[in-house]
Amino acid sequence: MAHFTKATSVKDWLNQRLAVEKVEKVMMSEYWIPKNINFLWAMGMILVVTFALLLVSGIFLLMYYQPNVNLAFDSVNYTIMSEVDFGWLWRHVHGVAASVVFLIIYIHMFTGIYYGSYKKGREMIWISGMLLFVAFSAEAFSGYMLPWGQMSYWAGMVITNLFSGGSLHADGLVEWIRGDYVPAQAFLNRFFMLHVLLIPLAIIGLIGLHFGALRIPHVNNQDGEEIDFDAEAKKYLAGDKAGSKVIRFANDFMAKDMMVVGVYLVFFFYLVFYNYGFAMDPVNFDPANGLKTPTHIYPEWYFLWSYEILRPFSTNIGLIAFAFAQVIFFALPFLDKSPNTVPASRRGLFKYWFWAMLIDMIILTAMGKVPPVEPFGTIGFYAALTFIGLWIALPFITKMEKKV
Amino acid sequence: MKNKEPLILVVIVFFTLLTYYLVEPFAHHQMHKHFESEGFAYKDLPSIPKGDAARGEALVMGAGACTGCHAIKSANVPAPMDAVSSAAAYGVNPPDLSNAGAVFDAKFLGSLIKNPAHALMVEHKFDASKGQMHPMPPFYGAGGDINQEIADMVAYLQSIAVSKDKLTPTIAFETACGRCHADHYVKWTQIGEKPMFKRKQDELAFETNVLNYQDSLTKYLGKLPPDLSIYIRSRGEHYIKTFVENPQNYLKGTAMPRVGVNAEAADKVIEYLEDSGDAKRHERESVGRNVMIFIVIFAIFALLWKKQVWRDLH
Repeated sequence: MAHFTKATSVKDWLNQRLAVEKVEKVMMSEYWIPKNINFLWAMGMILVVTFALLLVSGIFLLMYYQPNVNLAFDSVNYTIMSEVDFGWLWRHVHGVAASVVFLIIYIHMFTGIYYGSYKKGREMIWISGMLLFVAFSAEAFSGYMLPWGQMSYWAGMVITNLFSGGSLHADGLVEWIRGDYVPAQAFLNRFFMLHVLLIPLAIIGLIGLHFGALRIPHVNNQDGEEIDFDAEAKKYLAGDKAGSKVIRFANDFMAKDMMVVGVYLVFFFYLVFYNYGFAMDPVNFDPANGLKTPTHIYPEWYFLWSYEILRPFSTNIGLIAFAFAQVIFFALPFLDKSPNTVPASRRGLFKYWFWAMLIDMIILTAMGKVPPVEPFGTIGFYAALTFIGLWIALPFITKMEKKV
Repeated sequence: MKNKEPLILVVIVFFTLLTYYLVEPFAHHQMHKHFESEGFAYKDLPSIPKGDAARGEALVMGAGACTGCHAIKSANVPAPMDAVSSAAAYGVNPPDLSNAGAVFDAKFLGSLIKNPAHALMVEHKFDASKGQMHPMPPFYGAGGDINQEIADMVAYLQSIAVSKDKLTPTIAFETACGRCHADHYVKWTQIGEKPMFKRKQDELAFETNVLNYQDSLTKYLGKLPPDLSIYIRSRGEHYIKTFVENPQNYLKGTAMPRVGVNAEAADKVIEYLEDSGDAKRHERESVGRNVMIFIVIFAIFALLWKKQVWRDLH
């Protein structure tokens, strides 16, 4: 057993039992971050803050929400919106954060792609991040079911139908997922459970994994520079703060993070109070009605690009393309054959690949929402082909890349 | 090294706004028909001459035979039948005319009295040549100039109605919408506001009346008109106003009649729907302002903190 002495202070008492000073060093003051980073490196902190907003607002909503097909709609739209003090605020924060979190996730992902932050020892950061993306997608979808509006119901119908696998006709699987032939009480209850317990647990675990995956390879930097973290840390601790290439996580990196978070929160709360419509589809303010299909059924904006990869093809090919789109980002570290871990701007053809992918996904997003009439159907079809083509081309164009 | 952060910010803002534009304004423009409001002018209806309220009163109470079906509570004319029986007889309970003069446009009222199916834009349902009579019979005149007689009746209805500044959202909604549409967030049913009941039997009796009324309405209109509790969120002000002005624009062949409200009453109806479906909008504005002030101050402090911490790092 460890030897304990009479504590000289509260800190000392805690130190003997929890090694708080050591923890503080490992997690904050001597967790070294490169100095040559820009504000895109604050997206992680913004995501943490947004997740916290989702969690806290969700806890308040959970106290009044009723997971019952007869009560759910009014518990959200009447009880929470009109009767509960500040219930409207929690709901708008929750709804807007659920949408904005995907904007930040996409910025975070494209930052990683641009700077090659998934390469050379950072593969697990990328993979755990993609797992987080999948978990957040499932969380967003299950949450979208809960108000039990028209779009909840019909999105639930359409998405669970995908599991029938087209010509495989796995209707039994679809019924098993729904717990019924159509979305009904059993369906609502299980998506409620997924939304408030199982998926949040998975997300919290994955956030731990994602942070852990950063420790050994360290955070990337904006110049693709290989930094000797031990030597630079010594320099910093010796007092040469300006000359060292690294900074402390706290307060150095944290101070910059918080500055970006401050700007972000101004934008976020502007949306919450003055421009929340984009995150709360009007169609979902009609109660669920299994006998009345809405004129247009479309997912929330962050799913549109993958929806549009499904939609322009015949059922079976569409499902295969859709499955491809869901998993292909995971393979990015292994499809990129280039030896360089530098910004895309210095990587020859990959530079064009990056911007082509970004623009193609925006086109897919736009075409996924509009009705599939001409010319949108054709544009969507070619954008989907381009998406698949870009991924097929990736190993070849990165293989040709010269070492910089 | 050159600071690339402003360029990065421009790129991110550009692509974010582009995506927003494409999935919101652009996509909605592609998906939904858009109609501009005509300001509740009812340009297709003829104008009416200046009327005389005293002559109008005699017509409304006498030769016009309005009170055979309509109540005018403000003139102490009771309803001939209760709402449920009226709906069973006519399909829908004929409105109390107390405030019709304040809620409905004068031209519209004139045309309505002369030819209900035409003014209400339901001639596709009520074609007299096929024997499909609108439940409200047209006024064929009392022997004089029919247009003058109609103008007199409209003048009378205007004279007994509440003045413009006393027109409340509740009066506007109940007169214009409330006999077909429920709004359960403010406890409104098609036969009136649902009271608190001490005895369950009384509550069940009331609910039975509502259901019977709704059955008549469903038979009359083909489907039960929707509950309007949060139509302000699901449809929005512009859609509701332009739909009410001319329902046939959006839904060709709909049984929903043109309601004929004037511009002031339309605003009051919108206010009623906001009170029902967006009750905390005033609180949202005041809390929003305070939160924005707080967050801006937070952002300033965060900026100052960063500057202080990074002074040694550069």
